[in-house]
Amino acid sequence: MVSGFRMMFDHPATEAPAAVATDPAIRLTGLRRRFPGAPAPALDGVSLEVAAGEVFGIVGRSGAGKSTLIRCVNLLERPDAGRVEVLGRDLTAVDEAGLRAARRGIGMVFQHFNLLASRSVAGNIAFPLEVAGLPRAEREARVAELLPLVGLQAKRDAYPAQLSGGQKQRVGIARALASRPAILLCDEATSALDPETTAEILGLLRELRARLRLTVLLITHEMAVVKALCDRVAVLEAGRVIEQGRVFEVFTRPQAPTTRRFVAEVIGNAVPPGTLAALPPPGPGEVRRLLRVLFAGPHSTRAVISEASRRFGLDLNILAGRIDAIGAEPFGIMALAAYGAPAAVTAATGWMQGLGLTVEPLPEGEG
Amino acid sequence: MLPWLSPMLQDLLVEAAWQTLFMVGAAAGIAVLLGLPLALLLQATAPGGLAPSPAVNRPLGLVVNAVRSVPFIILMVAIVPFTRLVAGTSIGTGAAVVPLALAATAFIVRLFENALREVDRGVVEAARAMGATRLQIIAKVLVPEALPGLLAAVTVTLVSLVGYSAMAGAVGGGGLGDLGIRFGYQRFMPEVMATVVLILILFVQGLQSLGDWLVRRLSRR
Ligand SMILES: Nc1ncnc2c1ncn2[C@@H]1O[C@H](COP(=O)(O)OP(=O)(O)O)[C@@H](O)[C@H]1O
Ligand SMILES: [Mg+2]
Repeated sequence: MVSGFRMMFDHPATEAPAAVATDPAIRLTGLRRRFPGAPAPALDGVSLEVAAGEVFGIVGRSGAGKSTLIRCVNLLERPDAGRVEVLGRDLTAVDEAGLRAARRGIGMVFQHFNLLASRSVAGNIAFPLEVAGLPRAEREARVAELLPLVGLQAKRDAYPAQLSGGQKQRVGIARALASRPAILLCDEATSALDPETTAEILGLLRELRARLRLTVLLITHEMAVVKALCDRVAVLEAGRVIEQGRVFEVFTRPQAPTTRRFVAEVIGNAVPPGTLAALPPPGPGEVRRLLRVLFAGPHSTRAVISEASRRFGLDLNILAGRIDAIGAEPFGIMALAAYGAPAAVTAATGWMQGLGLTVEPLPEGEG
Repeated sequence: MLPWLSPMLQDLLVEAAWQTLFMVGAAAGIAVLLGLPLALLLQATAPGGLAPSPAVNRPLGLVVNAVRSVPFIILMVAIVPFTRLVAGTSIGTGAAVVPLALAATAFIVRLFENALREVDRGVVEAARAMGATRLQIIAKVLVPEALPGLLAAVTVTLVSLVGYSAMAGAVGGGGLGDLGIRFGYQRFMPEVMATVVLILILFVQGLQSLGDWLVRRLSRR
């Protein structure tokens, strides 16, 4: 009966199984952590849920509490209060042995790789298997599977000191995946790498995530990493989540000032300096409004600007703009100076909003 | 060999060389066997270690420092009752090993501790994240990662022991240093003194070169 049920609902092998309403892979509830002697808590009541199979990013400035937060997930850091549930189990309640077993199901990748200098590439990748007590033959077989997965067949017997940063991180990733974990934690996995190598490692993570159906929780101070890899993102500031949502939403409609600054780093739609001062004043009977227009979805290709100009008799001066995509979703962001009769400008704004565009006054700091 | 020395002196020299080798070797062996667990214990119980415990760490550190701060010649005499208890006698080459081993242990513990402290904390953290037990972290991370530093510490200790062993004459331990003092100095035989010094220099050089070579071979950095 079970097999019949499975057959009816089976998907082609390449597709992920239909999401069933299950427990999240990671559920953090009310995490608090204050380091002794610190003036402020590193974590000040953080709650998050990471669904199985998603890539969840946590972005924040240095010192925001990101590392403390991710280290709480495998209890490298024990929170003062709160619950840490991983795959439905409350890890704060299990004993040492149970915790070690749970940790074997959670891979972790580190900013500074943290490889054993005294072990070869193969020895490093085999380390978690050795710790878990796997016999040598099985360890070697697993290492032989993992090396091609991260493209390091030729470096099997090299030592970390002989590897580039990107190669070291590949070893770190292979090691993290050795015990076939369902969850991968990445603590600034690309922050010690140059931009080209960063792109390479992000590509590898994207590929592995799809192939192995991993749940990934990553932390970073770079919004570009979030844009390249994540499905959802949370912004952490002073130990609190100040904003979270789908990456597309957060990028196209950032709410908190910190989030806006993060987003502006990647999709730099800031108006070039001096542009505003150089704008002509409005003519008699006209107003000048500075607007930020967001196109998302089907409208991003329509000639909305020229149509608005014609319909409402406005002069629309494009100050800055950018067309981009997150995953497969295109969007555009534009800064406009609109000149015209007050009623016409208002009408044009309403018309654009009616088309599903977001139109708002140009935020402070972007002009 | 050594035609400028009488056959009797040559025999004495060979015997003294063996005594030095024995005292240094035995004391160093004991120091490594006792020093490594002690250093691991100190490291593990230190703040931020694998099992922080000031109640263990502080007294242990105090004892180690106390032994280290007593000049060797005084330590040797001060622990005569202990030596007699352990070695059955307080005189002779075997008896001299007891204070030498004690001093060398206190010496090497701190050197070992420094070598262990050099191990990247991130690597220990990675091992914890992979579910390693404390013993696994010690055996598979701390000791292998610190091995070059630990070996360098053994070399330094061996070289220092050669110096300490020269004082063993005070308790009838014999050895090259003792021979140099008794014949070269007290009986005005400069050729004996020169030979002893030459052999000690070669000995120490050999130890240092061997130690450095091993450290280089084992170091993967
Ligand atoms: N082991 C620690 N002891 C004391 N303070 C710490 C420790 N780890 C982190 N902190 C402090 O907690 C805050 C958050 O640190 P962290 O989580 O590392 O931030 P992030 O990873 O976002 O840069 C910082 O103010 C940091 O100084
Ligand atoms: Mg950090």
